[in-house]
Amino acid sequence: MNSQVATEASRPRIRRSARSIAVLAIGPTVVLAGLIWALAQPYRITLLHPHEQGFWWLFVQPPVWVMLVGLFFHAFVAPGILADLEEAER
Amino acid sequence: MILAVVPPSEHVHWMFATGVLLMGVCLLAQAIVGEEVWNRRAWRRYLWPSLIFVLGLFMWPVMTFFTNSTAHMLAHGSWAQVLMFAGAAQLGLASGKLHSHYWRLTIPLALVVSGAAFLLHEQNGWLYSRSTFIHHLCGWTLIVGAIFPLALTFRPRSLPLGVGYAATLILLSVVLYTARDVAPILGHLSPEAGTPHR
Repeated sequence: MNSQVATEASRPRIRRSARSIAVLAIGPTVVLAGLIWALAQPYRITLLHPHEQGFWWLFVQPPVWVMLVGLFFHAFVAPGILADLEEAER
Repeated sequence: MILAVVPPSEHVHWMFATGVLLMGVCLLAQAIVGEEVWNRRAWRRYLWPSLIFVLGLFMWPVMTFFTNSTAHMLAHGSWAQVLMFAGAAQLGLASGKLHSHYWRLTIPLALVVSGAAFLLHEQNGWLYSRSTFIHHLCGWTLIVGAIFPLALTFRPRSLPLGVGYAATLILLSVVLYTARDVAPILGHLSPEAGTPHR
């Protein structure tokens, strides 16, 4: 005899559309591209060896900037798009 | 003194590459979700038109500090003007102050003028150095890629055209990131180009 009255409620699974998944993938893909570049050419990140570097060489870190673009998009642009997309698809 | 303030030319290319990459990913997202969803938030409507306008603004210091010849000055100057014009037109459309969809034609115009500027101020051949190769490649990428925003003017809901336009800009940013002041390309480097560096 089962004495448990309440059954465990499972969390509802959010089914994302292909468009949502595509938008969600953009930021991480860009970050990954920057990361691969940084690993392939670590000398491009002059912050790792800052001695005797001028201002521009320390300010402009292309692989880091690529990662920042991906992070910015994922953190600030993508969430709003997903919310609006899900609302439009309802 | 000025030399210390002015960045190396490869850094300028990388900074523009970052702006173009951000614009490319925004346009890719817009192509995927469609204009209706993208335009639901006011700030998002202004995002990439503002980026074009700002890229045009930053082209003025490039014209001022990287004027090696009259061709350079004319190329960078016309480039700055056409980018600001296209950005302003898109901002006008976003705010509702401009209504005709033909204002969208300013984008292919900006791409063609930018491509022509790349080609016209590069007077050396493709394999002279990495820098010249990149200028030729960027020029032709922009001129050929202008087909996408041109066609989008008449078919604004087309997913392939939208993705093609975004891919053109992302490709442009990748090519710009490979810019080096003096470096070989495919094993070629003219002895006149100078001493290569990483």
